[in-house]
Amino acid sequence: MGEHCAIVGVGQTKHDTLRVDVSMPGLIREAVTKAFDDAGVSWGDIDAVVLGKAPDMFEGTMMPELFLADALGAVGKPMLRVHTAGSVGGSTAIVAASLIQAGIHKRVLTVAYEKQSESNAMWALTVRIPFQQAIVAGAGGYFAPLIRAYMARTNAPDDTGIRVALKDRLNALKNPTSHLTFPDVSYEMVRDSPMLWDPIRYLETCPSSDGACAMVLAAEDAAKTSPNPPAWVHATAMRSEPTMFPGRDQVNPQAGRDCAAALYKTAGIKNPRKELDCAEIYVPFSWFEPMWMENLGFAPAGEGWKMTQEGATALDGDLPVNASGGVLSSNPIGASGMIRFAESALQVRGLAGEHQVPGAKKALGHAYGGGSQFFAMWVVGSEQP
Amino acid sequence: MSESLKPVTAIKAPVHLEFSYTAGRASTRFLRGMAQGKILGQRCPECGKVYVPPRGSCTICAVPTDVEVEVTGKGTVTTFCIVRIPSDSLSIDPPFTCAHILLDGADLPFFALIQECPFDEVRMGMRVEAVWVPKEELGPTFESIKYFRPIDEPDASFESYKEHL
Ligand SMILES: [Zn+2]
Repeated sequence: MGEHCAIVGVGQTKHDTLRVDVSMPGLIREAVTKAFDDAGVSWGDIDAVVLGKAPDMFEGTMMPELFLADALGAVGKPMLRVHTAGSVGGSTAIVAASLIQAGIHKRVLTVAYEKQSESNAMWALTVRIPFQQAIVAGAGGYFAPLIRAYMARTNAPDDTGIRVALKDRLNALKNPTSHLTFPDVSYEMVRDSPMLWDPIRYLETCPSSDGACAMVLAAEDAAKTSPNPPAWVHATAMRSEPTMFPGRDQVNPQAGRDCAAALYKTAGIKNPRKELDCAEIYVPFSWFEPMWMENLGFAPAGEGWKMTQEGATALDGDLPVNASGGVLSSNPIGASGMIRFAESALQVRGLAGEHQVPGAKKALGHAYGGGSQFFAMWVVGSEQP
Repeated sequence: MSESLKPVTAIKAPVHLEFSYTAGRASTRFLRGMAQGKILGQRCPECGKVYVPPRGSCTICAVPTDVEVEVTGKGTVTTFCIVRIPSDSLSIDPPFTCAHILLDGADLPFFALIQECPFDEVRMGMRVEAVWVPKEELGPTFESIKYFRPIDEPDASFESYKEHL
């Protein structure tokens, strides 16, 4: 890494099922305006734009970066679009950070979004292609068998997923951008919600959201003049692996383990559970919390569920996970990964509001995508590395 | 508000997909096999793993998998999901069960529907077999296999397939 990179501005839309009050460009501008206000910058201060979103079929608009170029203020500037399925929000932020770290730009605007209401992601993930094996019934149909495999491998208590969902849904009540909020949510309410993709219940599932997230990333000089405290990028890492190969561990993928190991090495972290104050992890179905706790090295293999059951991942636990309410509460797919990255930055800047983890100094942002095959992660801290 | 000032918030514009697909050598062998009611895979000459469907190379060893092997339609359910949510693109009404099936002699799971069995009786380790479409309907497509159904054999032990979860 050459130059240091700081996050000086963060903006999110109000995430919702149906944002028919704004067009796609309007949705993005809502997040960007907030990020600019936070960073104290305007369009003229931005050197380059990096945009991320999930597969075009998810909202039925092909190559939206073409018509979004002017709404993103990219005219006359470099513009890139990143695509790594569900992890795209994370990898987009990492590409943007690398432009600062390489010393190419001083300030980069990075944006990720999804307006899921304009298409049907379930349909897009269920298209029958006669020369491929059918992915039956959306993302839930793909990931439910992996959850069942995790349950069989670890003998985790059946209600682990219910406890994750309850925690995240309670956290969501403290976050004004949350899409799904259930003020009277309870253990029983989650437990009694209908099974959609058995063993995944309705309230253990992420929603389809319209929403966007934007960040202003800055080099050291530019960060020093920003009005609010910056978050500093301590490390980034990305890894990928094929969807299918013999002996592939889909529950605890090698690419995720390698990505975390590389990340911690760069960040100088030896004991992630002790040294990180909180984490924003991509958990689209409740059981992925314990699965990723193991994959990310917070718990030994087979014991991630203990962290959930013991309350370690709760807002007042030793490693709060998804204080924001997580993907379970807001899921504009393309933006979901960037929201994890942005929320981790807000935590170490002390700007997370009601869902602030007191005194958070170092945090993990995590995203995954495809068939658990693309991973993107960063560690951010309040101190300049 | 007058009609002309009302925001336009939704225009329905359905998308249709048509494919012209060049399968490549390995997939061609597999799809030609499907058209004959056969399941063809390929074995890696180095690690010995059998890819069904074949990909033409071994992801682990990075060598061509040029040894063709035929596997039977019998296999073991390693894990599964009971789908209870409807979808426009499915031709079957929920609830139904889809499973990862490890075909005997193969080293990759196959995704398929389980039928001829109550949806909630599917279990890990259950032994199943492929049910093909009638001979005259066979073609170079995965859809030559209609679904899998249980067979009268004792369940496979967890140990025998846990490496494939
Ligand atoms: Zn091999």
